[in-house]
Amino acid sequence: MSRQADLIVLGAGPAGANAAIAAAGAGLSVVLLDEQDAAGGQVWRAPWPGLVREARSSEARDGDRLRARLAASRVEALFGRRIWSVTRSFHVDAIGPGGNETFTAPRLVAALGAHERVVPFPGWTLPGIVGLTAATVLLKSHAVLPGQRVMVAGCGPLLAAVAAAIVKAGGTVAAVADLASPRDWPAATPLLATRPRLLAQGAGWVLKLAAGRVPVYFRHGVACAEGSGQVERVTLAPVDADGRPCGGVATVIKADALCVGHGLIPGAEITKLLRARHVYDRRRGGWVPELDAFGRTSLPGLFAIGDGAGIGGAASAELAGKLAGLVAAKDAGALPADAFARMAPPLRRKLGRLSVFSAAMARMMSLRAAQVAVIAADTVICRCEDVTRREIDAAFEAGAREVNQLKHFTRCGMGPCQGRMCGDVAAQLLAQRVGSREAVGHWTGRPPLRPVALDALIGDFDYGDIPIPEPAPL
Amino acid sequence: MSRVYDLAVVGGGIHGGAVALFAARGGMDVTLLDRGALCREASGVNAGTLTMQMTRLALIPYALKAHAMWASARDWLGHDVGVTVCDGLSLAFTEHEAELLTARAGKRREAGAPIEIVSGARAQAVEPGLSDKVLLAGHCPVDGFANAYLTGLTFRRALLEASVALREDTPVLGVEREAGGFALRTLAATIRARRLVLAGGVWIEPMLAWLGVHVPVKTLINQLAVTERIRPVMRTVVGIASGLLSLKQYPHGTVVIGGGWQGIGDPERGGVELVPERLIGNVRLACHAIPALRGARLARAWAGLEAETADAMPAVGPVPGVADAFVCGSVHSGYTSGPYVARLLVERILGREPEMPLFPIERLLGQPRPGITAAA
Repeated sequence: MSRQADLIVLGAGPAGANAAIAAAGAGLSVVLLDEQDAAGGQVWRAPWPGLVREARSSEARDGDRLRARLAASRVEALFGRRIWSVTRSFHVDAIGPGGNETFTAPRLVAALGAHERVVPFPGWTLPGIVGLTAATVLLKSHAVLPGQRVMVAGCGPLLAAVAAAIVKAGGTVAAVADLASPRDWPAATPLLATRPRLLAQGAGWVLKLAAGRVPVYFRHGVACAEGSGQVERVTLAPVDADGRPCGGVATVIKADALCVGHGLIPGAEITKLLRARHVYDRRRGGWVPELDAFGRTSLPGLFAIGDGAGIGGAASAELAGKLAGLVAAKDAGALPADAFARMAPPLRRKLGRLSVFSAAMARMMSLRAAQVAVIAADTVICRCEDVTRREIDAAFEAGAREVNQLKHFTRCGMGPCQGRMCGDVAAQLLAQRVGSREAVGHWTGRPPLRPVALDALIGDFDYGDIPIPEPAPL
Repeated sequence: MSRVYDLAVVGGGIHGGAVALFAARGGMDVTLLDRGALCREASGVNAGTLTMQMTRLALIPYALKAHAMWASARDWLGHDVGVTVCDGLSLAFTEHEAELLTARAGKRREAGAPIEIVSGARAQAVEPGLSDKVLLAGHCPVDGFANAYLTGLTFRRALLEASVALREDTPVLGVEREAGGFALRTLAATIRARRLVLAGGVWIEPMLAWLGVHVPVKTLINQLAVTERIRPVMRTVVGIASGLLSLKQYPHGTVVIGGGWQGIGDPERGGVELVPERLIGNVRLACHAIPALRGARLARAWAGLEAETADAMPAVGPVPGVADAFVCGSVHSGYTSGPYVARLLVERILGREPEMPLFPIERLLGQPRPGITAAA
C-alpha cells in the first residue's frame, strides 16, 4: 500500500529540509525522503555516527541546527531511501530498509542537489584522483584524508574549502591550482561583502592555506596526471581566462592524490524524468527547469528548488526551500492567502539580495567551453563505457546530432553513473560541432533515478502472485 | 522542374530504412524522410529479440527468413548490428503454462519453427543459468538478438552508401496526389516522387489519412529495463509460455528485460512513463527464470512503442485505390521480420512477384480501433 501525504519532498539538504519544515509548519502532512542517513545534503553533511570531532565548522553547526529543527517538526523524515521512480502523478517508489516502499501526494518538491563536473584530462581516471565533492564527503563525514600529499585543482569555492579542510585535518596539500586568477576572486569580493559570514569563511580558507605554506597556482589547469597504478605526478599548465592552455611553463607536482572539480551540475533528474520544461543556462550549471518565482515548474504540482534547479549555493537553497514549502501549503489550501502574503515577501527579498552573490559563485563554477574544446582525442570522456573524445567526434561524423542519438551510437552515458559524470562534457563536445547546447539537448530522463539492486526491488514473492498479463493471441 | 524521385519513403525505422535501401539497390532513385533521426523510435529502443517463440503463427515463415537476414547483416547491411545467434527457451513453471506452451509450440512447429518441447533438466543443460523450477521448456535453436540501438547508425551508413537522399528532421506535413506521382509537403520544400511508401509504425494511421484511407492502428507501450554490466549469467534468449518475458545478456554484460508489460504513452508523446509495479512484476519474472540476476542492479528502464492492427497482422502492400502508393509496417515483432517484409514489398514495387505473399490492407479498412489488449 502506498503512504499518502499532502506533500512529498525528495532530498533533505538545505532546500528540501526547509521546504518540508515550512510546509509541515503550515499544516501539511509531509513525507521527506533522502538516501543519506541524516539531513544536511552534501554541504551540511552529518559526520558518521560516533565520529567525534574537536572543532566544529560553521557548516557543521548549520547542519546540526537544521537536523534539530527537522527533528522538532511534524515532518515524517525517512532516511536511507533510494528513490528510483517518480511518476507524473507523484507516485514515488523508494528502496528502504525493508524493501520497496511507495508514497503518493498531490504535490512534490524535487530538491536533489548537484553533482560534480570534471572536465577530463589525460590520466583523470587513475586511482587516487577524486572529485572535490568526494573529498568533502571523505573529510566531513568520515574524517579521512584523500591522500598523504594531495594536489587540489579546479575552480570555484570548493577548491579552497577542500584545501583548507585537508590542512585543518593535519594533511599536506602539495599545491592548489585554480583556473581563476587572483583578480577573479577580488572581483567577487564586493559581492562576498554582502554575506559577511561567507566572507569570513573565505578569509579563513586563505589564512589556513597561507599558514600551511601551500603554493597556489592561479590561472593553472591540470595538463595531465601520471603514475604507475595510481597517481604520482600532476602536471599543471597556465591557462587563459576561458580555461584554454596558453603556453608557458608547465609545473610538475608530486602527489599521491588529486582532488579535482570544475564546478557543479544541477541534479535536475526528476524534472527531466517528468518532462517539465527546461532551459539551458550555462551560468547556473547547465539544463535547469523553467520555474516561476516560487519554484513551481511547468508541471502542475511539481516544484524544483536548491542546486538541483540551478546552482546557487546553500544560503539561497534554504530560502527557496522555505518559500516553496509555503507556496505548496498555500496551493493545497492549508495556508490562507493573507498569511502567505505576510510570510513570503521577506523571504523573497532576502533571496533577491543573495542572488547577486549566488550568481557570482555559480559563474566561477560554470563550464569553460575552451577547456572542453582542447580535450585530447584519446582522452576518455565516459569512464563507465570507455568512450573517448575521438569516438564522440566520430559519432558526429556518422550523423549524431543530439545527445540521445550519441548515446545510441557510442554507449556514452549508458553505464552505472547513468551519464552523470560524462553528460555535460559529452553534450558540450557535440554542441561544439552541431552549434548549440539547445540543439543537442540533454539525456532523456529515465528511471531508476539511481541504480537499484534487483534483489531489493523485487523482495520475496511467490511466482503465483506475479500479475502476469494474459498472453497475446497466437 | 525540380527533381522527381522514383520513390519517396516516409518513416525511417527498420521498415522504411530497409524499403529505401532495397529499392535503391534495385536501381531506384529514392528519398527517405523522417520527422527525426533514423531508428529513434520503436526500431531503436525495442528489445532486439529475434525469436520465433513470441512470433505470431502466420508470421513465422517470414520471421525465419528475416532471422537469416539478421544473422548475415554484415553481408547485406555492412554492419552486424551486434547480432548474436543463440538458442532460445520458452519456459513453463506451472501446469497451466505447460499446457499453453505445448499447444503453442506445437502450432509454431507446424508453421516451420524448429521448436522442441524439453524437460526442465534438459533446458538447464541448454541454459545453465536457468532456475530449477522449470517444468517444461520450448527449445528453439533459431533464436538470438540484435543490439537495437545500433540500428540507426547502421542503416544511416548503408542508405548513404546506396545513394538514398536522406531527409532526417523533416516532418512530412501532408501528401497530395498529382499527375505522375505524389507531392510531399515539408516545412522547407515540396518533395516529388512517382511512388510512395508509408512506413510510419504507429503513425501509419495518420499517414494513410493523407490519402483518404482509414486503417485504425493501436499503440502498445512496451516497458523495457537493462541491468548494469554483470558477469555472464545466461547464454540464451529466455521467455515464458505466455510471451510476457524476453531476457538475454549482451556480450558486453548487460541484461535486457522485456516482454511487453505496458507503460504509459501515446503516439504523440511517445513512451511517457513506466508503471513501477509492472516493472517490478517483469523483473520478478526475469529473476524467477534466471536466479543469478538477483545480484544485478537496474541501470535504466524505458518504454517503446509498438503498432498493432485490428487483427494484429501486418499492413504491408498497396494502398487501396491509390496507384503507386504502398504501406509497410505495423508488424507484431516487427523488428525481427522487418528487413524481410520490406524486401518483399520492394520486389512488388519493382514489378516482380514477391517470394511470399504480402499483407494487403483491404481487410483493415474501416475496422474499429482494436481495444485494450490482454497485455495492457
